[in-house]
Amino acid sequence: MGKDVLILAIESSCDETAAAVVKNGREVLSNTIYSQIDLHTLYGGVVPEIASRKHIEKINQVIKTSLKDAGVTIDDIDAIGVTYGPGLVGALLVGVAEAKAIAYATGKPLVGVHHIEGHIAANYVEHKELEPPYLCLVVSGGHTHLVKVNGYAEYEIIGRTHDDAAGEAFDKVARAIGLGYPGGPKVDKVSKTGRKDVLAFPRAHIEGCPYDFSFSGLKSAVLNYLNSCKMKQTAGHVEEEPKQGKTVYETVFSGNDMIDEEQGVTVADVAASFQEAVVDALVSKTMAAAKDFGYTKIAMAGGVASNSALRAGMKAACEANGYTLYYPSPILCTDNAAMIGCAAYYEYISGTRHGLDLNAVPNLKLGERA
Amino acid sequence: MNILGIESSGLTASAAVMTDGRLISEYTVNNKKTHSQTLLPMISEVMKSAGLETKDLDCIAISRGPGSFTGLRIGSATAKGLGLALDKRIAEVSTLEALAYNLSEAKDCILCPIMDARRQEVYTAAYEVAESVAGNSEANANEADAAARIWPLKTVIPEKACPLDELLRELEGLNRKVLFNGDGVPVYAEYIKENFKEEYAFASNSLLLQRAASVAALGTIICETGKTVDADAHVPVYLRKSQAERELAAKG
Repeated sequence: MGKDVLILAIESSCDETAAAVVKNGREVLSNTIYSQIDLHTLYGGVVPEIASRKHIEKINQVIKTSLKDAGVTIDDIDAIGVTYGPGLVGALLVGVAEAKAIAYATGKPLVGVHHIEGHIAANYVEHKELEPPYLCLVVSGGHTHLVKVNGYAEYEIIGRTHDDAAGEAFDKVARAIGLGYPGGPKVDKVSKTGRKDVLAFPRAHIEGCPYDFSFSGLKSAVLNYLNSCKMKQTAGHVEEEPKQGKTVYETVFSGNDMIDEEQGVTVADVAASFQEAVVDALVSKTMAAAKDFGYTKIAMAGGVASNSALRAGMKAACEANGYTLYYPSPILCTDNAAMIGCAAYYEYISGTRHGLDLNAVPNLKLGERA
Repeated sequence: MNILGIESSGLTASAAVMTDGRLISEYTVNNKKTHSQTLLPMISEVMKSAGLETKDLDCIAISRGPGSFTGLRIGSATAKGLGLALDKRIAEVSTLEALAYNLSEAKDCILCPIMDARRQEVYTAAYEVAESVAGNSEANANEADAAARIWPLKTVIPEKACPLDELLRELEGLNRKVLFNGDGVPVYAEYIKENFKEEYAFASNSLLLQRAASVAALGTIICETGKTVDADAHVPVYLRKSQAERELAAKG
């Protein structure tokens, strides 16, 4: 066994300012996340300029905390890992510039990491036995991909969304039924009290692309249904205890509010039926791809992978087919730097080094290298 | 004392090393290539040219704004990263004061940097050369240390984002000759020619834009007078809220 490798990882691609120290790719010594979500809730979504301003304000404290929590100093670190895409360009730039400056000042190697490869790598932290090859479903606010993971740095996308990402559909539907932002966790929670079979929303099948997804039709179907019910915008009530100093502008509904009085359909029923349609599409296509390509190990990654209905649905399908299912705990599903440290480790040991001219690449493709 | 000056608030990317107030090396690029790619290699280059290692730095001087939001953050994140890794403090230098410092030989003029802030507005301020520096007596010149501690600029109009017209009317009220520089000059030169009623001049091209040497020079004084900030606490000065915040405020 050689010397331990410690990676200091930095992540700032969206609205979380995060840093982590990871040992040998699989052991998380610290995982610090400063979430800005309360700030953006006010605007119903992430505001890029506000996110970037918050990153620059918090980044040093977050990095220092992660070093301290790990019980190490910057001198103990072997390499600096940083997300350089995809994501919001202004937000990415803060992490990239900071990481480059630290790498330059300390003379330590710099390793740029693809954000989604980071999400996939989160599985290695949680499941020490997991090794490629396996099939991974990546589902987040910005991504819906079915990926063949054939090696630690070998990815092939075999399925993708033609329009909205799964998480985006959750956000849009949550807004439409008055649950507010962020949509994923809110729909998940309220669905637990709803009936998932009361409304039949469509599942898209794309001719000639058996592993591809489409959620815009589903979203439209939900919106059309809501319009047909002539849901009154005034039917909701304002959130009981708005956080101090903040005003909640959106009307917030609870799960028990009626969407269709005649049929007795509640907000929770609409949420549950919508969620079921998303889960069904994600599970059925993952199963089809696993069968066609002969994978027996299935992984999930990304923020939506912490959705309880998706976990339950995928688990049942994998058990029925004799597949092993892997997914990270919720804290490693949402954006974090531990996953970036893990991915950076495998890049580092395979020899990847980036120069001081590393740029943020907002539309970086999976498997692509700068 | 070794100071690294960093400037990335506008189209210009610039890095400079100053030792005890003497400019050792400077690298300035006015080119479309992104600061994100060019800035750190430039810093590495000026450090190499100055024969310094990063651990030799005493302080990092950053052009702290106003300017391009993204450009400012690239510079600030770079400065904060250096500060964190080297455990050094940051001298926050107003971009506008650094621009005015380019012109600090013009002792009889109002120095007015104008930076294009889009939407028919400028980031601006007005200064004059501080009396003690303008009067630069023999005695003062002999006491180099004392002179170095004197802030060379006196604020006449505090920094702000405002319509160009508002600035021009304010300047006319001063009844002084005005010397303009900054990237707003090429944008608004015609307009100023037609609408400004006071005597004025535009700075020559070599003094028109941001330079890290000016940032490092003012940073040196900030450092000597103990007015640096912790790298963790440093944030750019934008002089403007984000569009989303402005719209939310307008909604009430």
